[in-house]
Amino acid sequence: MAAIELRGVVKRFGPITAVDGLDLDVPEGICLGLLGPNGAGKSTTMRLLTGQALPDAGELRALGHELPGDAKAARAEMGVVPQLDNLDVDVTVEDNLAVFARLYRVPDVGAAVDRALDLARLRERRRDAVDELSGGMRRRLLLARGLVHEPRLILLDEPTVGLDPQIRTQLWTLIDDLRSHGTTILMSTHYIEEAERLADEVAVMTHGKVISRGRPAELIAEHAGRETAEIYAPPERLAEARAIAETDGLRVRPAGPAIAIVGSERAGNGAVPEDAVRRAASLEDVFVLLTGEEAE
Amino acid sequence: MSERGTRLRRLEPAAIGGVMSREVANFRTYWKGTTFSSVLEPIVYLLAFGLGLSATLVDEVHGIPYVQFVGTGMVATAVIFSSALPAMFGTFVKHRFQNTYDAILAAPVDVEELVSAEMLWIGLRASVYGCVPLLVTIAFGLDPAPGMLLVPLFCLATALGFAGFGVAMAATVAKIDQFNYVTALFVTPLFLVSGAFFPIDELPEGVQVVAQLNPLHQLVELVRGGAFGYEAVDILRFAGLAAFALVMWRVAVKRMSARLID
Repeated sequence: MAAIELRGVVKRFGPITAVDGLDLDVPEGICLGLLGPNGAGKSTTMRLLTGQALPDAGELRALGHELPGDAKAARAEMGVVPQLDNLDVDVTVEDNLAVFARLYRVPDVGAAVDRALDLARLRERRRDAVDELSGGMRRRLLLARGLVHEPRLILLDEPTVGLDPQIRTQLWTLIDDLRSHGTTILMSTHYIEEAERLADEVAVMTHGKVISRGRPAELIAEHAGRETAEIYAPPERLAEARAIAETDGLRVRPAGPAIAIVGSERAGNGAVPEDAVRRAASLEDVFVLLTGEEAE
Repeated sequence: MSERGTRLRRLEPAAIGGVMSREVANFRTYWKGTTFSSVLEPIVYLLAFGLGLSATLVDEVHGIPYVQFVGTGMVATAVIFSSALPAMFGTFVKHRFQNTYDAILAAPVDVEELVSAEMLWIGLRASVYGCVPLLVTIAFGLDPAPGMLLVPLFCLATALGFAGFGVAMAATVAKIDQFNYVTALFVTPLFLVSGAFFPIDELPEGVQVVAQLNPLHQLVELVRGGAFGYEAVDILRFAGLAAFALVMWRVAVKRMSARLID
């Protein structure tokens, strides 16, 4: 049974169609990265899965529960880690966890809190107010709060957005542990490295629908080939190099101050300048080619 | 559907209790300030209005010493200020600034349970703080009476209604400063024509009719009934307060559902 099944899901906000005929299956036990630019519909998809948004059309099931009608039962078995920190800042670390253990009807609240504190490595800070924690500790607590009831499915909505690299790495380690224990994870992100590092499969989403999906290596092979050549040069030379590569049937994308010729291993003689920097094709190449957006 | 899922129904005590436990956890961080002001305020009012006015202008109203008239009336002001205002501002802040409700609604709690828990917590708290002016008035010379034991119940019904009103307003206004309109148009007039500080039977007839529709006035009459003797009509007054709470509960659930569920 798939942990999540979406069929033709549509969600509109007035004239804006945030989710546009979305089909998505998430098998149990995998981490699926929902990769897309801001406004792709990732967060709306998450809210549809928790029943906090109602679909205009389509069918949704999570953990065997029909949504939105049976969303409350589905939520009892899933954990949600939001994009924004919504901890109670004046309340102690352990009380933040205990409240959610009660909301999730955990029979032994004390044991659940202890387990979550260990997971977040915050046992020593259990009686401190959240206000006194560092940014990294707060994010770990937020993650532990979503796991306090040991859910079968976890929705991570941009779990490391806005965090510095050190804190991001800490969280990745925690998420990796969950994945290795077989918990199903649906993680929305617009960070390529995050998707590449954590996701078993990646679904690239833009304009409210999934436009490509697969294991990162499969997506790279399918859309970007083996090699990318990056050219750093003045704008006139970049325009010239782009024109030559496109004439040769190659796909070219912007890469900050440079351009990247994707699938450069297929280039004919002279299509790629000799001073180009050749590297292995990446998920970032796929993302930019498919969505037309600069990667982060 | 899982076994766990089949047990989930509407208005589950576990969900309501869970939301209230969050309020209790937060309340433990700020109860001292709230309690201090709720005790000090009626003392200041009784000294200023009660003792000040009764020494100079008004000795008694309908045979009741003015200090005791104001003291019993202040129960209603304590109830509205510890229910409508916290419900308005607290709900708005939790929804718009703290994103607290997003977190709660991601758990197996629905909007009806969330609103019910918020109203119940505010109602219980206001029913306790509502009794403080009565206790202070007893300290100022009001004789305790058995009928006063029902005052917390009257306060609870009224506070539930005003908590629902506050939650509904929080779900309606676009910006927090729009609460100024709500306070000026509803809260202050209700408080002034409640009969807390002067008897409404001296007001023009039309205003008296409107005052009868004011839940705070009904609460004032019930509290004075508890202190000085009930009348048969007090049953209707309490039924009116219960109906007010019920209607406001449904309005609050409807408004918050529209606000919280996209």
